[in-house]
Amino acid sequence: MIELEGLTKRYGEKMAVNNLTFTVHPGIVTGFLGPNGAGKSTTMRMMLGLDNPTAGAARIDGKRYAQLKDPLKYIGALLDAKAMHGGRSAFNHLLCLAQSNGIPRARVHEVLDTVGLTQVAGKKAKGFSLGMGQRLGIAGALLGDPEILMFDEPVNGLDPEGIHWIRNLMKSLASQGRTVFVSSHLMSEMALTADHLVVIGQGRLLADTSMADFIRQNSRSYVRLRTPQRERLLDVLHQEGVTVVEAGNGTFEVDGTPSEDLGELAARHQLVLHELSPQQASLEEAFMRLTAESVEYHAHADHAGSGAAPPPPGQGGDWGAGWQQQRKRS
Amino acid sequence: MTTPPTPQPQAQPQQAPPQAYAPAPQGAPVPQGGPVPPGGAPMAPPPAAPAPPSAWQQAMNNAYTSPIPVRKTHLGNALASEWTKIKSVRSTMWTLGVFFLLVVGIGLLVAGQTQDRDYADVPFTIPAFFGLVLGQICLITLGVLVTSSEYGTGMIRTTFTASPQRYRVLAAKILIFFVIAFVVSAGSILLVGLMTSGMHSGPEAGDVDWSGTVLKGGLYVSLLGVLALAAGSMLRHSAGAITAMLGVVLVPAILPVFLMISEGTRPLGEKMMDYNAINSLAKIFEMDGEGGGTSQLLLLVGVTVAAIAGAFALLEKRDV
Repeated sequence: MIELEGLTKRYGEKMAVNNLTFTVHPGIVTGFLGPNGAGKSTTMRMMLGLDNPTAGAARIDGKRYAQLKDPLKYIGALLDAKAMHGGRSAFNHLLCLAQSNGIPRARVHEVLDTVGLTQVAGKKAKGFSLGMGQRLGIAGALLGDPEILMFDEPVNGLDPEGIHWIRNLMKSLASQGRTVFVSSHLMSEMALTADHLVVIGQGRLLADTSMADFIRQNSRSYVRLRTPQRERLLDVLHQEGVTVVEAGNGTFEVDGTPSEDLGELAARHQLVLHELSPQQASLEEAFMRLTAESVEYHAHADHAGSGAAPPPPGQGGDWGAGWQQQRKRS
Repeated sequence: MTTPPTPQPQAQPQQAPPQAYAPAPQGAPVPQGGPVPPGGAPMAPPPAAPAPPSAWQQAMNNAYTSPIPVRKTHLGNALASEWTKIKSVRSTMWTLGVFFLLVVGIGLLVAGQTQDRDYADVPFTIPAFFGLVLGQICLITLGVLVTSSEYGTGMIRTTFTASPQRYRVLAAKILIFFVIAFVVSAGSILLVGLMTSGMHSGPEAGDVDWSGTVLKGGLYVSLLGVLALAAGSMLRHSAGAITAMLGVVLVPAILPVFLMISEGTRPLGEKMMDYNAINSLAKIFEMDGEGGGTSQLLLLVGVTVAAIAGAFALLEKRDV
């Protein structure tokens, strides 16, 4: 269990992490989500005692990280796949970590086997591909068989097989009752692995919710309409008390009214429709909307009212659509 | 331990960890995901039902059967770790190898050019002096690399994550490096002394005791290396720290030439002349026939202790 209490980090004028308070629970995968530069890595470094917080504290099982005497047995972390001396072999890299925590040498062979690097244990780490480096970093995290695991962007630069491996790894670690905390800037990745979500933007906490709740609250479903008779459609919908949003290119979006009702309504009023399709906004769009708000709030603080409005749905919808269709198919 | 074929939510995964984590001798609470945490910390809502045991999960469960003893870590762990680190990179072998070749090689050349009577009132280790003047740069380089290479590669984050007691890591680095540097440098000087005395132990050679030069000479260049290690820890940059250390060694040897010109700066110039690294080594090896070099050695001890204190002070304060 990891507890953050008002964790704050300021670099000069810039607030990298602003008063973060949340708890990471055991037994589930907790996703730590935010756009690039949101403060994810800084937060993780403070959790690990590498950076000193300006204010607040992060506690591992109730203790500050610096108070842990043999931290590898409590918490294993993968911060950066290349956080190792390139001239040292994989085995020696793990061995010096193991020795610093009094972990027996045999365990090094075990974790090398677990991550599938036994064949290259004697090779220098600088010859490793990104995926192999990532695996070596994970081997280091697993070294003390810790109850808490922390991964910073573990799928970055991995091939599909490696991504699949890491997803299964995180899920199985959590199912053993461990605390798994993983950061990412990809909502789609988190949707597949995380049970719980912590979202930050500009260093501030934006959401701390279960994945199911996040999906329920944020996957907006609406109906898209297209018609050559713009004025009549607006009149008809206005009479029926249906709110409609114009999305450009002659399309309209209606929230909260089933497509069947809209179709029958159009038929009754002899409206020509070129399109009548139920739509579902992807989680990626929901995430972008959530973080875009925080970005705009900070950038244009003087007209915060307009800044808080979500961006037009058509804008982000195009690139999210492909992913959304994939989700539907699977 | 075998894995049951069907997943049993909560029960099965919880059986294994207590074997692996308990008992913690330092009395640290080790809360598990289970219902009765020993530390009494509030527990999370029950986790989601686990996925069917995959091949990976079975591997992990097997890993549990090898219990990892939980012990309180101490300086000995850090020393073992730093020993593995220093011997598992190639730069150690290169810098120490070049040092050894310089001291012994140049020492042999000098010994071959000298006569028995040259050693009438100087120690037999004098030929090692010439190699040490060059070789000290190897020890400076290695000392800097011991700390700064961790910052350069990012390894330092892994190191401090594994050992949050940063002072212990630095102390272990200093000890390991100092012992290695002293053994290699004193050993090289001893070897040169033995070979020279073997070549020139005729009746014309004096009977000057040279054991002190082995110890003091080794100590002086090893301390220079430790000073470099502290500089590497403070500057966190290999090239910067090596340049700074070369400045420390060379500037006091060159600057007196200019300081002697003006009457006002002459006393400062003379002090620098007396205490620069090259002249200090010369004094230790009794080049001037007087012997000594103790005050020069003490100055280096003082500077090194101050640099180590600075490195420790900055170590805890700064982010990595």
